[in-house]
Amino acid sequence: MADQAIPGWRKWLEESGDQVVFLKGFFRNLFRGGFEWSEFVRQCYEIGYKSFGLVGITAFIMGLVLALQLRPTLVDFGAESMLPRTLAVSIIREIGPVITAIICAGKIASGIGAELGSMKVTEQIDAMDISGANPMQYLVVTRVLATTFMVPLLALLGDVIGLIGGYIAINIQNSVSGMLYFHKCVGAIGFSDFLPAFIKTIFFGFAIGFIGCYKGYNSNRGTESVGLSANSAVVAASLWIFVIDAIVVQISNILLY
Amino acid sequence: MGKTKQEKTATQKPSENKKGEVVIHIKGVKKSFGEREILKNITLDVKRGENVVVLGRSGSGKSVTIQCVVGKLVPDEGELTVFGEDVASMNERELKELRTRIGFLFQGAALYDSMTVRENMEFPLTRVLKIRDRHEIDKRVEDVLESVGLGDAIDKMPSDLSGGMRKRAGLARTLIVNPEIMLYDEPTTGLDPMTSREISKLILDMQKKYKTTSIIITHDMDCARITADRVVIMHEGEYIAEGSFDELKNSNDELICSFF
Repeated sequence: MADQAIPGWRKWLEESGDQVVFLKGFFRNLFRGGFEWSEFVRQCYEIGYKSFGLVGITAFIMGLVLALQLRPTLVDFGAESMLPRTLAVSIIREIGPVITAIICAGKIASGIGAELGSMKVTEQIDAMDISGANPMQYLVVTRVLATTFMVPLLALLGDVIGLIGGYIAINIQNSVSGMLYFHKCVGAIGFSDFLPAFIKTIFFGFAIGFIGCYKGYNSNRGTESVGLSANSAVVAASLWIFVIDAIVVQISNILLY
Repeated sequence: MGKTKQEKTATQKPSENKKGEVVIHIKGVKKSFGEREILKNITLDVKRGENVVVLGRSGSGKSVTIQCVVGKLVPDEGELTVFGEDVASMNERELKELRTRIGFLFQGAALYDSMTVRENMEFPLTRVLKIRDRHEIDKRVEDVLESVGLGDAIDKMPSDLSGGMRKRAGLARTLIVNPEIMLYDEPTTGLDPMTSREISKLILDMQKKYKTTSIIITHDMDCARITADRVVIMHEGEYIAEGSFDELKNSNDELICSFF
């Protein structure tokens, strides 16, 4: 009853404040020493290696479909030869990073939210805390750093696989040598295309890990809250990916063009 | 190589001449959540080596009391000292040091799901006591698991353990750092009567072996009878009676009798 009486804006402000406190806790523990290397490596494996298949398949299909969709339009303008260049710029600048991040938000943020949420519900986080161990350092710092490190690598792999998908789509209707295709792709991409796209994937990775951890770590008691944590982690992480994308694109446009 | 400060603290057992010293002192403690007053003027002293059982209905504030003792919750009013130190005024580092001297067994044992029983045991040794010697870690893990009768389950995952085994493993993980105080939050809840009795006897055996001071929160009469040196009855956020199990069981007071 009391919860219902709190206006939405106030709840939003309170949660924003909690997130700032959680962020402060993350940075304080990041530089505290006693880094959990083994847990970090395990999380990199869980987050990175185990997401590779899903990211690869999605990127491959996106590259394939994009090439098939672009081709008729470019043929109409007599610019079919521009297809590899157009594909490369679209995939490297936007589609590769954003699609990879959205896939990771769905898989990783929900996984982290559900895992930490269930640890909270079963008092495992409290047990760590009360025993004198540091759950922020063991659970949060390792996961956030693992996503910050692995999502950019997954996005790079997604870019390459997306371009391979595009190459196969082009070869369904035409015969283009692999060397020519990749020569044209690489020739079309400059420093100003690659760097902002790579930098934004670092922020995407951080947002995915941070939101997953925040939602899971702060879930309420009860099994229902585990599902809610996972769900809200995906929604919030996906939203943040688009917000970060918009901000980074604006900043890079101002700085580079 | 000398021991770390935390290791020294955790391995120093109380000397015999300290027996009888008050290690947990609670006086006039009040705690509310919003409008709801959970603890209303709680007063309790627990002496070194003593097993105090707190009996009470669900929601009477038993768990809140021990969460205040361990610094997880801060009382709104009153005095709460552990080893003579005021818990509410401790900073993060002091609280962490205090917690290395206190073991807390959760209702559901709170074993870390993603780790084997061995890794669960190693976690407080490497993270809290900062022990790096592999030989010492293995020895401590094997010893503590043998003492709770779980030597064969060392490489099992928590999901492969029965309810009783989980409680034993949880108890072993708490005892592995040699705590001076043990806080048990309903240690026999959810277990069949025979396993409950086994766990209660194990609590008593471990208390003798590790010479701990304990507060046991329960509403299991068998557990209270087996483990208690002294029983405190809690009702609606207040302690209403105190004495030995038999004294309270034979009380003429209707409210006290309703607990037995």
